[in-house]
Amino acid sequence: MKTVWNNYRYLIMRRVVQVGLLFLYFGGNAWGWTILRGNLSSSRIFDMVPMSDPYAALQMLAAGVLLASDLLIGVAVATVFYLLIGGRVFCSWVCPVNMITDAAAWLREKLEINRVQNGKVPISRNMRYWVLGLSLVISAAMGVAAFEFISPISMVHRGIVFGLGFGWAAMLVIFLFDLFVLKNGWCGHVCPLGGFYSLLGRFSLIRVHHDEEACTLCMKCKVICPEPQVLYMVGKETIPVLSGECTNCARCIEVCDDDALGFSIRKLVDNKTTGDKDESNK
Amino acid sequence: MNDKKREPISDRRKFILSMARGAGLAALGGLVWSAYVDEVTASTLLLRPPGALAEKDFLKTCIKCGLCVEACPYDTLLLAKPGDNKPLGTPYFIPRDVPCYMCTDIPCVPVCPTGALDEESVTTNGVLDINSAEMGLAVIDAESCIAFWGIQCDACYRACPILEEAITIDYAQNLRTGKHAYMTPVVHSDACTGCGMCELACVTEKASIFVLPREVSMGKAGSHYIKGWDKSDEKRLEDAEMKTTTTKLSEKSAMDSLNDSEDLY
Amino acid sequence: MLATKNGKIVAVKGDPAAPVNRGLNCIKGYFNAKIMYGADRLTQPLLRMNDKGEFDKHGKFAPVSWKRAFDEMEVYAKKALQHGGPESVAVFASGQYTIMEGYAAQKMMKGGFRSNAFDPNARHCMASAVVGFYQTFGIDEPSGCYDDIELTDTVVAWGSNMAEMHPILWSRVTDRKLSDPDRVKVVSIQTYTHRTSDLADIEIIFSPNTDTALWNYVAREIVYNHPEAIDWDFIKKHIIFAAGPVNIGYGMRRAGEKSITPVNPDGSAGKYSAKEMEIINKEMKTIVSEKEGPALEPYGYKAGDTMNHTGGTLGHWEISFEEYKKSLAPYTLDYTAKIVKGDPDESIEGFKKKLQALAALYIEKDRKVVSFWTMGMNQHTRGTWDNTLSYNVHFMLNKQARPGSGAFSLTGQPSACGTAREVGTFTHRLPADLMVANPAHRKIAEKKWMIPEGTLNSVGTQHIMKIHRDIEDGLVKFAWVNVCNPYQDSGSATHWIKAAREMDNFIVTSDGYPGISAKVSDLILPSAMIYEKWGAYGNAERRTQHWRQQVIPVGDAMSDTWQWAEFAKRFTVDDLWGEWKPSGDRKEALPDVRDKAKAMGYSGDTTMFDILYANPVAKGYKIDQNDPIQKGYDNSECSGDSRNVVGSDDKVFEGYGFFIQKYLFEEYAAFGRGHGHDLAPFDVYHKVRGLKWPVVDGKETQWRFNSKYDPYAAKETKGTDDEFAFYGKIAKALQHGTLTGKDNESVKVPLPNKAKIFARPYMDPPEMPDAEYDTWLCTGRVLEHWHSGTMTMRVPELFRAVPEALCYMHPKDAKDKELKQGGLCWVESRRGRVKARVETRGRNRPARGLVFVPWFDEKVFINKVCLDATCPMSKQNDFKKCAVKIYKA
Repeated sequence: MKTVWNNYRYLIMRRVVQVGLLFLYFGGNAWGWTILRGNLSSSRIFDMVPMSDPYAALQMLAAGVLLASDLLIGVAVATVFYLLIGGRVFCSWVCPVNMITDAAAWLREKLEINRVQNGKVPISRNMRYWVLGLSLVISAAMGVAAFEFISPISMVHRGIVFGLGFGWAAMLVIFLFDLFVLKNGWCGHVCPLGGFYSLLGRFSLIRVHHDEEACTLCMKCKVICPEPQVLYMVGKETIPVLSGECTNCARCIEVCDDDALGFSIRKLVDNKTTGDKDESNK
Repeated sequence: MNDKKREPISDRRKFILSMARGAGLAALGGLVWSAYVDEVTASTLLLRPPGALAEKDFLKTCIKCGLCVEACPYDTLLLAKPGDNKPLGTPYFIPRDVPCYMCTDIPCVPVCPTGALDEESVTTNGVLDINSAEMGLAVIDAESCIAFWGIQCDACYRACPILEEAITIDYAQNLRTGKHAYMTPVVHSDACTGCGMCELACVTEKASIFVLPREVSMGKAGSHYIKGWDKSDEKRLEDAEMKTTTTKLSEKSAMDSLNDSEDLY
Repeated sequence: MLATKNGKIVAVKGDPAAPVNRGLNCIKGYFNAKIMYGADRLTQPLLRMNDKGEFDKHGKFAPVSWKRAFDEMEVYAKKALQHGGPESVAVFASGQYTIMEGYAAQKMMKGGFRSNAFDPNARHCMASAVVGFYQTFGIDEPSGCYDDIELTDTVVAWGSNMAEMHPILWSRVTDRKLSDPDRVKVVSIQTYTHRTSDLADIEIIFSPNTDTALWNYVAREIVYNHPEAIDWDFIKKHIIFAAGPVNIGYGMRRAGEKSITPVNPDGSAGKYSAKEMEIINKEMKTIVSEKEGPALEPYGYKAGDTMNHTGGTLGHWEISFEEYKKSLAPYTLDYTAKIVKGDPDESIEGFKKKLQALAALYIEKDRKVVSFWTMGMNQHTRGTWDNTLSYNVHFMLNKQARPGSGAFSLTGQPSACGTAREVGTFTHRLPADLMVANPAHRKIAEKKWMIPEGTLNSVGTQHIMKIHRDIEDGLVKFAWVNVCNPYQDSGSATHWIKAAREMDNFIVTSDGYPGISAKVSDLILPSAMIYEKWGAYGNAERRTQHWRQQVIPVGDAMSDTWQWAEFAKRFTVDDLWGEWKPSGDRKEALPDVRDKAKAMGYSGDTTMFDILYANPVAKGYKIDQNDPIQKGYDNSECSGDSRNVVGSDDKVFEGYGFFIQKYLFEEYAAFGRGHGHDLAPFDVYHKVRGLKWPVVDGKETQWRFNSKYDPYAAKETKGTDDEFAFYGKIAKALQHGTLTGKDNESVKVPLPNKAKIFARPYMDPPEMPDAEYDTWLCTGRVLEHWHSGTMTMRVPELFRAVPEALCYMHPKDAKDKELKQGGLCWVESRRGRVKARVETRGRNRPARGLVFVPWFDEKVFINKVCLDATCPMSKQNDFKKCAVKIYKA
């Protein structure tokens, strides 16, 4: 049991957080709970603190909407929150689509689909930034928040909280895309919200830290990582993972048998252990 | 040509090509995306919560959070799901299923974080006033409305939360029977909020009184004629302004027209 | 007119030749095709049973055969007879019976069981109107007819939401108003604003129960300020003045009754809480209030006096006009306006102007006036008084029983008039205005029914509220609910339900749907509904209408006529016609009439079926498919039908072989023919669309008592130039007295052909708002649903239109009580509480201090809150006023 906890503790915690949040939202709608109301686009915590999706707000801005003060406060709260704890924490700890794509990745590994699909990845991970840009252009051109009308994330989340409709189709599409077309396809390549949070997360404080001295180069971390490009330093340098694309999912920490990876707070890292190296990497 | 083909591609060329490829893909995706967005936002036969901005602005401003839906104590409001063929994630209601019960404290409006539901538009003298909401306008199909057959119904009238203002009864003698009266409902757009209580109450198989968005159900008489016998009509004068009129006959300037006698003589 | 397909009704066809509605309906009539086929229609007998299949009061309902059902009924009916004699076998009768069903039930109950514990839901509807008719005219049913609407200049609706409750008549009123808007005036006199006020020229909102003061005010205006308007010629010829006691209680339980004994130190008594007893104690004694004090002064009481109540009495005596005039003295404009004004936010000066305008309309020479009322004046602790007060005004102005003028009691139920009143399915009545208390009348009935003289029980006091109370007291042990809903439609409902469920008794309900009464029963019988049987109804303008069986009933459902006939097979002469010891209110033994029965040719084991239903006369009414009336129509009772229902003897029921409905109708009609109640022959009704009785020489009667229109009045006035004859026979010889009492020395003077004007004061109801229960509660109906909603709540369109009963109240009251529009509130009285949604807008708009909650919704069981006070003379429950408190749920 101890090893199971050791090997999956963050995964379990993430799932608890993801499902728990969904449950709170669901209860907010179904039973009138006041802990969390609304959905990921915009919520109210304890009927007091607003929290709104900054990317949605950005699109609305592009669409030419004068943002209401409630919304601005909500955006500010969300932005500060993710700025501090890591932008893509949203992706691995909150976003319900993460569970779908993780399932697809797990099955893909089990079925060894990677071995069938040799050859060059057809889509660059930078695609998400293109989509992000495009969404703002279309928002401006069409006068509506463009991504919000196709976003499978809100579709899934809204679906679970308010009723799914044909939303299951969107879930299936993502699952199949990740399973058969492209490893970590949606979250790692396409999703503009992930892209947005990657940009936001560049400055966050909570980081995965790599200790080169402890590393045995087993590379398990790179296999498990949904964004393996962020782990370029493994076995090479003792530095924190600074790329905004890291989702802080902590799977690498769990699979590392050598205690070469662990969470740390950026400031402490800066000042104590590898301060200057960190600086140089900036 | 063949030789040329085998030549390694220069970095510069590679960069240009990949940029072009990216731009092309973006254009392709963008066009499909735009077309889709255009399509799903085109639906106009939709009733919005009280205080909703004009449909175009509403679509822009609504963040699709569903807070209004959660605030509604009657489960009137729904969030459009994939498959509903309505702008995805936006709130609406179907009065024949659950109408708006016109809560006096309008709980759905103040919770809106983006102002897509505009508190100002449902406020009179600083107090929330649901009677000023304009969710839609009830329309009557006089052919299937049984009151027009002479049957004593007026279920819609009695269901109306602001009866005598939004719906009144028109009395007329029933000449066929010689001793009964027609009591037919009439909707007044200045008071009707479009709550749909009448549509719910209507006893015909498919409702004979139903709510449509005001843009759909209302005509516009123009502002060049004012009912002199109706003082309140004068406010339409505010919109009145001189307009130069053109018809097919008057397209040309007077001069050109005078000088072109064509086959007049 | 109906359209049927595959043996089921699929549509109603509006009948353009129908005289009252010309093919138009209200929306309930519009959905008549749908009322019979609700998904939960009862289709077979259901009995509460335990796992072993035995009857168990606490068991679950399970289907049983008709035989088993009647077996159980037989056992428990005989047990009840053993317990307390005929008084222990009771029937909740119905205004929804067809005429034949009511008559069949009446015969078996009174002729067979010798029990007068037989009273209809119609008691709750118009008993006060009936007693009013008896007291004023000496005969039941209105003098005018609906044609008055087209002929009148003024329609005054007294405490009646006619627009919702009589929509077709209201449509006619509207038409009349439109035809001459300046001349025709409509006045709406109500306790809260509703739909009827929409059309009104004057709306008067009065404080509950003060309508008696308002009538007296109008009378005072005539007598004191416009004596020239009195038609003295008419009065001298046709009217006498009368008075009766005023300390008559409120029709509640009286001290010493079993369920309110013993009285405990904390104020509670028997099965009643201290809170409940606060009101019930007023039955014996009240303190005259400041409000009623002035009105009672001519009768010898003043504010602060203790009034000891003696319990309801119908007794009255003749007084002089001067005495009558004295009784009106208190109702000055100031006093009347002060106690009558029902809207605290209305100015008293404006209100006075309205009262004056009302009186002026009545008084105006040559202005025809019709006063209409229904439940407001009938469901009233002084309902009988209120009814008689209405005739006072019309009589003095000679505006009664004339085309276009008259006080006219409307009634609502299908056949409250035709069956309940005319057939006399009341505890004290026999057909055609005969009374069980009158030996001559009993003799007539015994003769017509071919039962021995002395069979009928002379004590008829078990009215519907009394049956409930007798069940609670343990006197009644067997009760059969016949197509009505007494457990939903009576005040203080909790007590009756408890009594039915928790005591040792057997309750049977015959109905089409599982309403509250079915739920509290031990046995449920499935009844055939309206078009599944041959039938006839009578309405408020004395119009009788017949119909044929249109379709075969659903499941194993059978008509109530059949159920009674089959039940009667279980009882013989020996079972029922021996001696019965005194029981209940009957202080003398019922004689053994078996010898007389034998002399008539019956034996000890002749069944009641053979005597009352399948006798030789009955068998003379042949079943014949060549008869143009019967041709092509089913008759499930007489010939059986294609369902092959397994009957009460476990054999397929093949029909009685004679035309039982025609027999029952003709035998019943014979009671009234020649006595001012003449009905046309059975067959005639199938050729025309209803006739207003008395039908003499084939002609119906529009205005009774008026010699120009009524052949009976014409006969009485023959040889004189009299225009009228009020020829009713009841209470037509009186002693003399004053307002304060009867002169016991005086002799009874006969009063042939005279009607009466009664001196009757305003009095407070027993329960009025106080500091704790600060709000008036008024209950009533809505257009969309029939009474308890058992049928209409099963029509999806009507259910959707009005799915629940709302608590209508003034927005300011809601605000003061911190209630939200659309939110839930408790409506609580001393008797119980229900939860309802607050409605501060829409169709019913009470003034501050009053709420209206309709009673059709079994989920908002408002009769748990209501009081079972009645008019002590008519025993009709007052549902229109009690005191409640309202708070957030």
